[in-house]
Amino acid sequence: MAIDLTAGITCAVPIGDHTHVLMAHGGGGRLTNQLIDRLFLPAFGDAASHAHHDGAHLHLGGARVAFSTDSYVVRPMFFPGGDIGTLAINGTVNDLAMCGARPQFLSAGFVIEEGLPMDSLRRIVQSMQDAARAAGVTVVTGDTKVVDRGKGDGVYVNTAGVGVIEYDGVIAPASVRPGDVVLLSGDIGRHGMAVMAAREGLQFESDIESDCAPVAAPVMALIAAGVTIHCLRDLTRGGVASATVEIAETTGLHIRMDEHAIPIREDVRGACEILGFDPLYVANEGRFIALVPGPEAARALTILRGHPVSAGACAIGVVSESPRGLVTLKSRIGATRVVDMLSGEQLPRIC
Amino acid sequence: MKFIDEYRDPEAAAGFARALRRITTRPWTLMEVCGGQTHAIVKFGVDELLPPEVELVHGPGCPVCVTPLELIEKAIEIASLPGVIFCSFGDMLRVPGRTVDLLTVKARGGDVRIVYSPLDAVAIAREHPEREVVFFAVGFETTAPANAMAVFQAAQLGLKNFSLLVSHVLVPPAMSAILSSPDSRVQGFLAAGHVCSVMGFTEYEPLAARYRVPIVVTGFEPLDILHGVYLCVKQLEEGRAEVENQYTRAVRRDGNVPAQLLMREVFQVVPRKWRGVGEIAESGLGLAAPYAAFDAELRFGVAGHTADEPTECCSGQIMQGLMKPHECPAFGRRCTPEHPLGATMVSSEGACAAYYRYRRFKLPKDEGKVVANGN
Repeated sequence: MAIDLTAGITCAVPIGDHTHVLMAHGGGGRLTNQLIDRLFLPAFGDAASHAHHDGAHLHLGGARVAFSTDSYVVRPMFFPGGDIGTLAINGTVNDLAMCGARPQFLSAGFVIEEGLPMDSLRRIVQSMQDAARAAGVTVVTGDTKVVDRGKGDGVYVNTAGVGVIEYDGVIAPASVRPGDVVLLSGDIGRHGMAVMAAREGLQFESDIESDCAPVAAPVMALIAAGVTIHCLRDLTRGGVASATVEIAETTGLHIRMDEHAIPIREDVRGACEILGFDPLYVANEGRFIALVPGPEAARALTILRGHPVSAGACAIGVVSESPRGLVTLKSRIGATRVVDMLSGEQLPRIC
Repeated sequence: MKFIDEYRDPEAAAGFARALRRITTRPWTLMEVCGGQTHAIVKFGVDELLPPEVELVHGPGCPVCVTPLELIEKAIEIASLPGVIFCSFGDMLRVPGRTVDLLTVKARGGDVRIVYSPLDAVAIAREHPEREVVFFAVGFETTAPANAMAVFQAAQLGLKNFSLLVSHVLVPPAMSAILSSPDSRVQGFLAAGHVCSVMGFTEYEPLAARYRVPIVVTGFEPLDILHGVYLCVKQLEEGRAEVENQYTRAVRRDGNVPAQLLMREVFQVVPRKWRGVGEIAESGLGLAAPYAAFDAELRFGVAGHTADEPTECCSGQIMQGLMKPHECPAFGRRCTPEHPLGATMVSSEGACAAYYRYRRFKLPKDEGKVVANGN
């Protein structure tokens, strides 16, 4: 039977005008935000109002706690620089760090496809153990489900995590002020292109390896040194472009970036040029931006550069009053353009 | 990065801009033919460096944008069939059909796959002899040789389950159609460098002579485009109308002869509909008679299907240089990347997509306030 393309809208809550979930709803761009704004937030209410942030801020007993969760469905499961296990630990560790929290306890849920080689599962669990040790977190509870062959992509992993918030102020877009400097923790685009190359069997001169890594240590170091932190964002789906656009739109402020200042490795730039991708939108798994007051930027950079994971930290932009709500980029030839959020996933071009 | 950074050097760009200002004495309207050039212009802000007398209008060279609605509908129909693996370049998946796009077909269970080369589709056909594998062959002369190679290889391998849904178009007939329009403002062309790397540029010489227009074969980096504009304006200022090659590092006068031979073996020149423009004689490629067995339109019985273009979409005028994307009343309002009226809003080479992504907000020089174009 052919697929019925004229089926009407049956959903009570129109999510855009889409009658079916598209891949782009999970792409981290506008459609993802629509799904959150129009479906999840109305359903889960005010308590979930931090959903756009990397995790929720909660008061438990006398403590301020950050709570975050993420699911990992990466294909292939193993890629240069990491695997789904390292991602699952570091992703949640980093989400907690972006709340100014020290990551402490994680849960791990596995949805395993029947027939997955036990060796693969063992490798993934070993990676998780190593990553947890490196990040200083403990996996304390978990769950296992097995689904029929063909119903999953080998294995899906969910992790959730909690950590005590060590920063006294509020790390959120609302704290961002004109004059803040945007610090980037290192070169961008490696994770997305590493996975892309592994998934599609693309051969480049050298292997691009993922940047997957825990970034809690440099964040904790900033906090310990008393640096004022206005906002933190890890640069996962949607990359540095989506993260900065979201901050500019939320705050109504202007972020001006300099394309020349954004470090991108040559092999990553080459791969992006070939496929027609803009590295500003490519995913990272060990990179973040920190918005700090201008006078504290130099000291913050020195601290970040003292940690291997953020040794390549640099200033890439500044916050100003206007044009309101926009991110602009000074292009390599010196002209200015607007950086927008992607509406869907980046797709490889024709020619 | 080698071969990239040299062509994005800000000082060299400023040097070209100064040289261009020195030779420009009056207004000129140039068209860059290729959508890849349009995106580079808008993304890097090349047009900001031009003297105010020089205007760039955007041409028809976006293969996704000119693919007529009826072919999108045929693609959607074939991709929805059980047992079919429908392979396409990523760009085509978001192009709106009458009601859905190929991404929606995929979401509803169609086996739609993004490939990077038509030869990947041939490999899929070999791996799945029990399935029908269809490749959506769109594009100008740039992609035609690889698509021809896919059919050629499939024939040699005796593959019975591989076919091509062909929507190939050719650049020179489109330029000719634009120049013969009484409304045309185009006084000079930046020809598409990659098309010329395959075809060479001798076929543009009769056009330059007949319509008295300079045609400069131009690359895709910011400096290529500035250099191409410079050469084109220089010809106009000096009263010349010649074919000139700016993109010498990739294009030879005769082009890639083996690629042309393969194209001629597999394809034949046919009339082709252009989305928003209409049918142009001898403006496309279809499978030649010996390869008709690989024609997906015949195999799936969709050859006669037609579809009317949505009337609100102005992409035809935009691609002929008669209108700029932000001048369209639907731009940014009823037509956005989430809800496109036409392909120019979703293709990575589409002029409307370029304006939406990079120019939706006009930045006044003093950056005092933002003028939203259509929001």
